[in-house]
Amino acid sequence: MREKASTFAGEPEPSGPNRRTVLVGAVGAGVAGTALAGVGVGLAAPTTAPPAPQETLPVTLTVNGVRRSAPVDPRASLLDTLRDQWGLTGPKKGCDQGACGACTMLLDGTRVLSCISLAVLHDGQEITTVEGLVAKGEMHPVQRAFAERDGFQCGFCTSGQVTSAVGLLKENPRPSRAEISELMSGNLCRCAAYSNIVDAVADAARGER
Amino acid sequence: MRPFHYSRPGSVGEAVRALGADPGAEVIAGGTDLVTLLRDGVRAPSQLVDVNRLGLDRLSWQPNGSVHIGAMCRNAVDDSRLRRAYPGLVQALRSGASPQIRNRASFGGNLLQRTRCAYFRLPEFDCNKRNPGSGCAALNGDGAQTALFGASPSCVAVHPSDCAVALVALNAVVHVEGPAGARRIPIEEFHVLPGETPQRETALRRDELVVAIELPPAPPSHYLKFRDRTSFAFALVSAAVAVEVSGGTVRSARIALGGVAAKPWRCLAAERELVGKPFTAPSIAKAGDAATEGAKPRPGNEYKVELVRRVVRRALTELGNA
Ligand SMILES: Cc1cc2nc3c(=O)[nH]c(=O)nc-3n(C[C@H](O)[C@H](O)[C@H](O)COP(=O)(O)OP(=O)(O)OC[C@H]3O[C@@H](n4cnc5c(N)ncnc54)[C@H](O)[C@@H]3O)c2cc1C
Ligand code: FES
Ligand code: FES
Repeated sequence: MREKASTFAGEPEPSGPNRRTVLVGAVGAGVAGTALAGVGVGLAAPTTAPPAPQETLPVTLTVNGVRRSAPVDPRASLLDTLRDQWGLTGPKKGCDQGACGACTMLLDGTRVLSCISLAVLHDGQEITTVEGLVAKGEMHPVQRAFAERDGFQCGFCTSGQVTSAVGLLKENPRPSRAEISELMSGNLCRCAAYSNIVDAVADAARGER
Repeated sequence: MRPFHYSRPGSVGEAVRALGADPGAEVIAGGTDLVTLLRDGVRAPSQLVDVNRLGLDRLSWQPNGSVHIGAMCRNAVDDSRLRRAYPGLVQALRSGASPQIRNRASFGGNLLQRTRCAYFRLPEFDCNKRNPGSGCAALNGDGAQTALFGASPSCVAVHPSDCAVALVALNAVVHVEGPAGARRIPIEEFHVLPGETPQRETALRRDELVVAIELPPAPPSHYLKFRDRTSFAFALVSAAVAVEVSGGTVRSARIALGGVAAKPWRCLAAERELVGKPFTAPSIAKAGDAATEGAKPRPGNEYKVELVRRVVRRALTELGNA
């Protein structure tokens, strides 16, 4: 397994003028927000009135290798932002509460649940969805293994399973079968294709060695 | 979800000032608990203060062998020295939630996550914790998940964290920063019992930020968790044990339980059964019995008494065999 002090360290230090104050008009900084930043940004100098909610905030993400910016409602989950606003419907909404794994994405290469995070938290970060796993028209080895092993029935959980398995193999390139079951336990399958899913992940691990 | 102001401070000082300036402000870390609470209308802060970019995500080993774990270190933390020095903590972390959640969940957020009591999470039910004075629907509801120790007539909810239970066995100290500067809160004083104010769950003040968790050097430790299914479920009962044995005799023992109280429940009586005795089956069995002392089962959670006895016995036995 990798040695690391923490899974992500946030983004690298911003260069040039502090992006935080420019974009978010942080706490009491008194900096006017950008045109996109909507109401109330940065205008709450040392007054007693709490700062007003922003209607939208500019969010820049690199999604499947393409950098995109858009105004985003601060309340929007990462999942809703990518599905509804940016048209990436590969990640699914199963439970919307962190319990099923259908919304799994890679955030700076690490698997996370996009339904229980907000898009604004990820400004500047890199996202890979299942759509981004195909490279040069070739399926990812994990996708191929799922197809070969019938690692699904209805397919609703599959994009999350596949993305999660890609994340798992980065964390642990040589999992045992027991480890695969444990480390894929965040992805539920209502069709109970579990044994084929474990076979697929085991195949992919073997192939990737 | 009610609209809120989102702010992204760049330093701990700025974050503390933001919390102080807006009484409705709340911290957001990984968001893995808070986002569902916002969506379900359980929380409605006027401001979210994002603490992801404050540089609080480092592990730092101290010359005396203790370690400071930044509040924003994720629960997936993978560090060989941490695994060797505090196996009970790493086992507790790995038994919690799922890999995807652990990759985002932070140490600070884990300590401050809210109870999984269904009546707290569903605003259509009365809950003194969510809405002080409204009553407690759990008292006449499904009691299976409720507390065995330290409950009150206003609240019978349990704290859901695995990590916090291990931290009690490991004698951790929580470092916080607020408007008046830094202070250190021993982990046992961090979470508080409900009494008549179940809305107050910790000793942390509203405008304070958890910045780190300090672990002193510790004896061998172990964590054991019982749940409804093998993986990806909260504890019904869990135990963290840390025991120092030399010359065949137990020199010190710390035992804490999860899933049974509004805070990690330290079992002083069980610890007393061990200290000064050989670390063998008879004293371990006595410690398991003693761990149930003071238990007040409620309708539906009686099963937890026997579970406590067995989880403690087994955790200690596994530690002894390790
Ligand atoms: C499906 C599911 C299963 C789970 N299973 C388990 C389990 O088995 N065991 C377990 O232990 N946990 C479990 N969890 C809970 C999970 O561990 C917590 O959600 C997580 O640790 C919270 O961390 P976070 O950084 O995401 O916090 P957030 O959700 O961002 O915040 C949680 C709370 O902490 C406060 N906060 C966060 N950081 C700080 C800080 N530095 N200073 C002051 N306040 C702060 C926030 O204001 C908020 O009130 C589960 C969660 C889910 C969704
Ligand atoms: S939709 Fe995110 S975990 Fe179910
Ligand atoms: S294939 Fe149907 S839910 Fe998994």
